[in-house]
Amino acid sequence: MSSTTPQASTTTPARRSFLSGFGKFTLSATAVALLAGRDRLALIGSAEAKTAGNDVTILNAALAAEQEAIAAYQVGASSGLLQKPVLDLAVQFQGHHKEHATALATTVKKLGGTPVAAKAKYTFPVEKLKTQADVLGFAAELERGAVSAYLGAIPILDDRELAKVAASILGDEAMHWAVLRQALGQPPVPSAFVS
Amino acid sequence: MKLPFALFIGLTLGASLCQAADGDAGKGAQIYQRCLACHSLEHNRSGPRHCGLFGRPAAAVPDFTYSQALKSAGLTWNEATLDRFLENPLKAVPGTKMAYAGIKNGQERADLIAYLKQATHDPAKCPQGSSH
Repeated sequence: MSSTTPQASTTTPARRSFLSGFGKFTLSATAVALLAGRDRLALIGSAEAKTAGNDVTILNAALAAEQEAIAAYQVGASSGLLQKPVLDLAVQFQGHHKEHATALATTVKKLGGTPVAAKAKYTFPVEKLKTQADVLGFAAELERGAVSAYLGAIPILDDRELAKVAASILGDEAMHWAVLRQALGQPPVPSAFVS
Repeated sequence: MKLPFALFIGLTLGASLCQAADGDAGKGAQIYQRCLACHSLEHNRSGPRHCGLFGRPAAAVPDFTYSQALKSAGLTWNEATLDRFLENPLKAVPGTKMAYAGIKNGQERADLIAYLKQATHDPAKCPQGSSH
């Protein structure tokens, strides 16, 4: 891959400041769980076990996607194509996905399930990632897809407290998507509704 | 000129069904963005790749690990089976790992299926070797 830097590296100082300051207010996975009303990650009763299997399937699907996002950000961060502060941003977003994955895996265990393992190897279109903008565009695609994946998962989670936690993760991933679009010079919020 | 009510309903319903069957691949490309956290055309992700989808039996990408439910479903992917599955994957194949509420809008499903059909037959998007 070449190390040319592109449109995305020409972010304005204001945009750079916006990007670098973004993550200072993010919440830990524990805080997210607490925000859901109670420590859901430690609270699974016998009555709830009836529907836990369905929720385990859904959470494991989310976990698999989070693990893949972690790997994708690693590819981006290791590519040599990302320049500061975008590199810092990518590492920070990867950290969020790690927190999501930890929270999801913990919850699957609490529900009596087995968290899906990360793959030994992921296949990404690295041959198409030649510039910083390419990497950011790829990350934006993943984040956009993640928002839709959580939107598609939340309505079918049986446990509404888990749905709140999933919605909190969705909010984080939507912010990632918006910031990445901003970094790419695109309108950060393309529409009033997301599906 | 007055149309008999039954004929009017029949024509309207027929037109509606035809419209739903005629997906817009361009709109479907936008809808496909919803799938990109878990799928891509060419490569397996946390979900299987889509190149080679049409005419392929369900759970048949050789290097992907499927749920037992999908392996046992006896489906072959075509417009009709995709439409049913995409509307509500967990209802169509209980036990599938595709934990997604589904695309409830029939026209959106038609658009997505039209895109998948077009893209998976495009050698630029699905080069040789990616369709097995």
